[in-house]
Amino acid sequence: MKIQILGTGCTKCNQLFALTEKVVQDLELNVEVKKVSDINEIVAFGIMSIPAFVIDGDVKFAGNVPSLSNLKEIIKKG
Amino acid sequence: MFKIFTLFADLIVFTWLKLPESSRWAGSLHFFIEDVSKIFFLLVIMIYVIGLLRASLNTERIRVFLQGKNRFFGYFLGAGFGAITPFCSCSSIPLFLGFTQARIPIGITMSFLITSPIINEVAIVLLGGLLGIKFMIIYVVVGILAGVIGGIFIDAIKAERYLMPLAEKMKEGSVELPGFEKPKMTFRDRHQFAKNELKTIFSRVWKWVFIGVGLGALLHGFVPEEFIANNLGSGQWWSVPGAVLLGIPLYSNASGMIPIAESLLIKGLPVGTTLAFMMSTVAASFPEFVILKQVMKPRLLLIFFVMLLVMFTCVGLILNLIPF
Repeated sequence: MKIQILGTGCTKCNQLFALTEKVVQDLELNVEVKKVSDINEIVAFGIMSIPAFVIDGDVKFAGNVPSLSNLKEIIKKG
Repeated sequence: MFKIFTLFADLIVFTWLKLPESSRWAGSLHFFIEDVSKIFFLLVIMIYVIGLLRASLNTERIRVFLQGKNRFFGYFLGAGFGAITPFCSCSSIPLFLGFTQARIPIGITMSFLITSPIINEVAIVLLGGLLGIKFMIIYVVVGILAGVIGGIFIDAIKAERYLMPLAEKMKEGSVELPGFEKPKMTFRDRHQFAKNELKTIFSRVWKWVFIGVGLGALLHGFVPEEFIANNLGSGQWWSVPGAVLLGIPLYSNASGMIPIAESLLIKGLPVGTTLAFMMSTVAASFPEFVILKQVMKPRLLLIFFVMLLVMFTCVGLILNLIPF
């Protein structure tokens, strides 16, 4: 599984990145979490609000930072 | 309906603290307690309710909706959507590029971007609660009209000439919009979303409310009644463009601005001047311009800046002519 966090470095983007890393650690998953901050790449995903959360190329949500338990569920589902 | 907050402040200031009614500090403290309790109460309810409704709204869907719409309606729709979507200046670039990619005219995108920071649930709550429904309606109408007129103007001067290469590329690129579907939402999901919104928005604005109400309270208690009316009243035409100019570096959000506006209004600052000042603090900000620099050439930024300045000044001057 590959997780990408799309964001240009705003506060919420960093929050989401930190939260994701925490969840991945808690669940003891072997997942690569990457930040995508290039605006061209971000727009190519078809989203218009950041931060956005992408698993294996699929945008799961955009524009908000979910709660820890919500994010856990989303990552578990894949 | 809001009387309970006045009574609450009465109770604390006059009954418990036993401050004399004529003292300036008592006046300031009373203003502070009444406003803070009222604002917090209204904010919690409104943010939550709007969060429930907003859970299923997303900008991607709006883009599909705006695509290929009639130009004229497009400006109204753009401004209208700007009003109901939450605004975060960090999202304005992806939004700008996303709209351009969908071949939505730049004017319609600008309508969205102008109105979005002006109108939001926090501003509406505070205006309705502190200044009354009439003022709130004027604010909303002016906010939307500013977006519409701004958008029409931007298209009229063919502003797409002044886009940065990055944005131009979007226009020429493929029209295929990847987009994504949001899954269906149950009430529990909505509640969760609204709760999250409440937490994030509240933790962001509470300090602004404190600062804003604090300044408003000091103004209320210590600036003499005639001072503002005599020096910044509607007789002094320059006070409006002055207020607009002053508002730009004073970048703040609606939550801090409105309590100050309330205090200024009570002290006799004309409605138009107050409104122009508020809009320029909320709508035009340096951080926003720095972000927009990525997609707009300096010339367009300058035009945009001057346009906002002229627009808010006109709003102020016109409203000052109307007796309220």
